[in-house]
Amino acid sequence: MSSSTRAVAAGSGAATARGSRGVKRHAPGPRVAPYGFVLPYVALFLLFVVTPIIFAGYNSLFKVERNGLGLGGDSHAVFFGLGNYALALSKPEFVESFGRVLLFGAVQVPTMLGFALVLALIFDTELAGRLKSALQLIVFLPFVVPSVVAALLWAFLYQPGVSPIVDGLAAVGVHVDFLSPSSILWSIANVNVWAVTGVNMIILYAALQTIPKDLYEAARLDGAGELRTALRIKVPMVAPAIFLTLIFSIIGTIQLYNEPTVIRSITANVSANYTPNMAVFEATTRGGNINLGSAMAIIVGLVIFVVSVVATVPVNRWRKRVAM
Amino acid sequence: MDVADVAPADEVETRPKAAPAFQRRMPLDPGRTVVRVFLLAAVVYFLIPAYWLLVASTKSIGDLYDSPGFLFAGFHLWDNLVNLTKYDGGVYWRWLLNSAIYSGVGAILMTTVSIAAGYALAVYEFRAKTLVFGITLGSMLIPQTVLAQPIYRLLVAIGLSNTYWGVLLPQIVFPFGVILAVVYARSSLSREIVEAARLDGASEWRIFRTIAVPLMIPGSVTILLFAFIGSWNNYLLPVLVLNDSSLWPVTVGLSGWNQSSVTIPGLQTLTIIGALMSILPLVVIFVSLQRYWKKGLDITGDRF
Repeated sequence: MSSSTRAVAAGSGAATARGSRGVKRHAPGPRVAPYGFVLPYVALFLLFVVTPIIFAGYNSLFKVERNGLGLGGDSHAVFFGLGNYALALSKPEFVESFGRVLLFGAVQVPTMLGFALVLALIFDTELAGRLKSALQLIVFLPFVVPSVVAALLWAFLYQPGVSPIVDGLAAVGVHVDFLSPSSILWSIANVNVWAVTGVNMIILYAALQTIPKDLYEAARLDGAGELRTALRIKVPMVAPAIFLTLIFSIIGTIQLYNEPTVIRSITANVSANYTPNMAVFEATTRGGNINLGSAMAIIVGLVIFVVSVVATVPVNRWRKRVAM
Repeated sequence: MDVADVAPADEVETRPKAAPAFQRRMPLDPGRTVVRVFLLAAVVYFLIPAYWLLVASTKSIGDLYDSPGFLFAGFHLWDNLVNLTKYDGGVYWRWLLNSAIYSGVGAILMTTVSIAAGYALAVYEFRAKTLVFGITLGSMLIPQTVLAQPIYRLLVAIGLSNTYWGVLLPQIVFPFGVILAVVYARSSLSREIVEAARLDGASEWRIFRTIAVPLMIPGSVTILLFAFIGSWNNYLLPVLVLNDSSLWPVTVGLSGWNQSSVTIPGLQTLTIIGALMSILPLVVIFVSLQRYWKKGLDITGDRF
């Protein structure tokens, strides 16, 4: 933000130097042009972000009532106030699904980001050697695998009978069950860790690359080793990038949908309402209650908003402290 | 860079005994071994599913269950490809083509729209600027999957459900792409260049087309690739919007096969070879365009 303010100041300074006549002559162009450039984006934004939200908000306040019994009666929408919200929150499986993804996120997000940060820090030293580029690519590539396909792959690796991991461990007397009620959530988390660690590593690595190298020189002269340099200088310096990846990861977790939906086809331990989003679509499609589904979608959006804001408070405080 | 600068001075005295020089930097030598082992474990972890997929793609349905999973058995890659092509009148390739259309056309439209908006937000002063910028930032907190249900209802209302456009249009709005475009525009263009071109009599559109766009190319490639991946990954909206299986993208088709394979045994090998074929184009694109997206991400790292 500060750099943009400076750019503005520099720009207007240059304009004044050249005389106000020149600026006036060209003023009509720049006044209309910016709107032309943002118009397609703003129009589509209004149509596909703002309108659906208003539409969902409106729908969530009604319910469909049927006259008479069964197929013959016609149906009409009646105002229901916040009834759908109350109905959604009274469904234990919907409330439980939030608990499940929050537990999932509390474990998966720090694990994945920690893993990504450690890898980025290693790649930022000479320790990876000549293989650095190749290794980075290997870590990153799972990101290009669609999450549906990633879940399909891991589903095969979890299934007894096909999985070389389950069968191999069984051959040496270790019996693992990746699909049991107690392990399934973490098996899904693993798919996610596998898929997104790489892209987070790349973002953190890019941030590490921008730290002025003379800082390390100073640290080395003070006798700090690689580990100390990493913890005391590098990690605090990339705090903004960590913050960014953290927020995106949290949003990603709460909207978990693709992986559990795919894994559901090989185990009965993933219910139709396993995550909040799955519950929204269960209510909308199989449940056939669009109004309830809309209310549930809005609740999910609000929870994500609140969690993101709450998450920014301690991180921002830490950011300010390390910035000093 | 600095290490290289410092090295010659050190080298004079420490070259014969390079190890102590290294130890001075890395007091714990076991640390080096730990890092190596960690990297090796990480590489194995990230490669295992890909390796298994390659091996499994070459197996017949019998070998899939009866032979050790990480070892090659009878080589049936070609048979599997033929079966994939024959199944259901070649519907798989139709799905792959659909994905290419959704992702290719979608990513190009999205990048164009984002670059234009990002450029305007970076170089112009206009009244709605703060509002557009603020709403864009805020909307990054609204997950696409939460919007999917309302968007689906909207598409039904305007008659676009079960059409190509129903999947293509909503994905053009990509607030993160706009933010990246603002970042790239700020780092690659100065207002002075724009001012100078304006004084030379160039129109605003011409300045954008001939000066801004070429300078923003590395950033645009990054946005394009992220949009492409995001769109190839798209699953929820197509599932809701498309009833007609000939319009499905490959993700929806494959997950459908996976569900049916519980009752139709032959489908498992098709799901596996289909998964491999759906990943290959993405791997090729990303590996060959490495130079661009890495540069784009470096700029991102610089600004955040």
